[in-house]
Amino acid sequence: MQSGELEAQIPQLRRYARSLTGDAWAADDLVQDTLERACDRWQLWKAGSDLRAWLFTVMHNLFVDSARRALRQAGQRVDLEDAAPELVAPAGATEQVLDLQRCLQRLPEEQREVLLLVTLQDLSYEEVARVTGTPVGTVMSRLSRARSRLRELMEGAPAASAAAPAVLPFKRMK
Amino acid sequence: MKQDTPPIDEASLHALVDGRLSAQEQAELQRRLAQDPEAARTVQAWQAQRDSLRALHADVLHEPVPPALAQAARQVGNEGRRIDSWQRWGGMAASVALAFVAGWLAHLQWGGSGGELLARGARPLNDFGRQAVVAHVVYSPEVRHPVEVPAAQQEHLVQWLSKRLGRTLKVPDLSAQGYELVGGRLLPGEQGARAQFMYQNASAERITLYVGAIDAGKGGKAAANETAFRFTHEDGTASFYWVDRGFGYALAGRLDRSQLLPLAESVYRQL
Repeated sequence: MQSGELEAQIPQLRRYARSLTGDAWAADDLVQDTLERACDRWQLWKAGSDLRAWLFTVMHNLFVDSARRALRQAGQRVDLEDAAPELVAPAGATEQVLDLQRCLQRLPEEQREVLLLVTLQDLSYEEVARVTGTPVGTVMSRLSRARSRLRELMEGAPAASAAAPAVLPFKRMK
Repeated sequence: MKQDTPPIDEASLHALVDGRLSAQEQAELQRRLAQDPEAARTVQAWQAQRDSLRALHADVLHEPVPPALAQAARQVGNEGRRIDSWQRWGGMAASVALAFVAGWLAHLQWGGSGGELLARGARPLNDFGRQAVVAHVVYSPEVRHPVEVPAAQQEHLVQWLSKRLGRTLKVPDLSAQGYELVGGRLLPGEQGARAQFMYQNASAERITLYVGAIDAGKGGKAAANETAFRFTHEDGTASFYWVDRGFGYALAGRLDRSQLLPLAESVYRQL
């Protein structure tokens, strides 16, 4: 692997991490950790295979680890439903962007990941299954839930957003 | 969820939205969708969702890669040099250590007999400018923790630092010059607390504003209550610093004097 190949992936990794974490600093931290681990373990990458998919696998593992750690450290989880109204968005075009990011953050991690890997990175469903270490069937059901849930959130169905299980972050991480 | 879409199986809808169907399959599905308004609406909503997700942070793709990340990627070329994270943390520790050594030497030099050579009132201000540069050098390369409180919590940031510095602080707006506030942190100074506000432009270049009370020294009260801009630079990091109403300000960055000056003037005007 050449460092140039790796460097060329950085913008993609950054965009994905930004969408995943919803925070510019946390995203770049995640990218940095990913690059460091990739450099550390590049022998594990099979030359000729898709570098991008491998990097997303590395990032996925780090993301899951950090989510677990956050869960342990937090002791109790923050209810995003409660916090959401406090996040006041400025008016105008940004509002929609913030809305989308906010709604995205309300999806459980594993659904958000699948949705973003499919839509942002154009990975095939099989590739997403390999990256996340889950069967394709699980990928499809997560994708389906993510799309339906995000649609509800964006269309502002208040009754649907009261459905607690899909909202609690880290729920499935254990 | 699956029961909601009896006629067309949902997997095909995803495949359509994600462009995974052949032209033939796609045409066939479109024909069936024409008969199924519910499924057609779902496809439309998912397509819109896909488009807006792709647009969400598309600007990040065109941003220059932050140097720290490019550096991390380059480690792979250095096969056998297993120094990745060690170098990062070790490097930072070294720069902190260097800063302390530099500070100590300067302290010895300026605090000792050589101190008399400098005007009595100027010493604290010179130290202040130098400390601002050191603080800039230490914190501005930070990827992980550049600030203690991010700009998103600006109100809290300002209240907190104002309280600790014992004066109502104002955070200058440098967006007209292309710099957005990243956040701030509290630092120790010789005469109490100092605050550092960090800004960053689209090229990920950072500048910091260092603020704190300056002890005017004996007899230097009038002289140090207000000063003109002073300039200092060390290893490519430059700083303009000044005193205004007994409070010290220093703007530091890896910029030329001519680039930094208009920024410092803008800060001065806003304070």
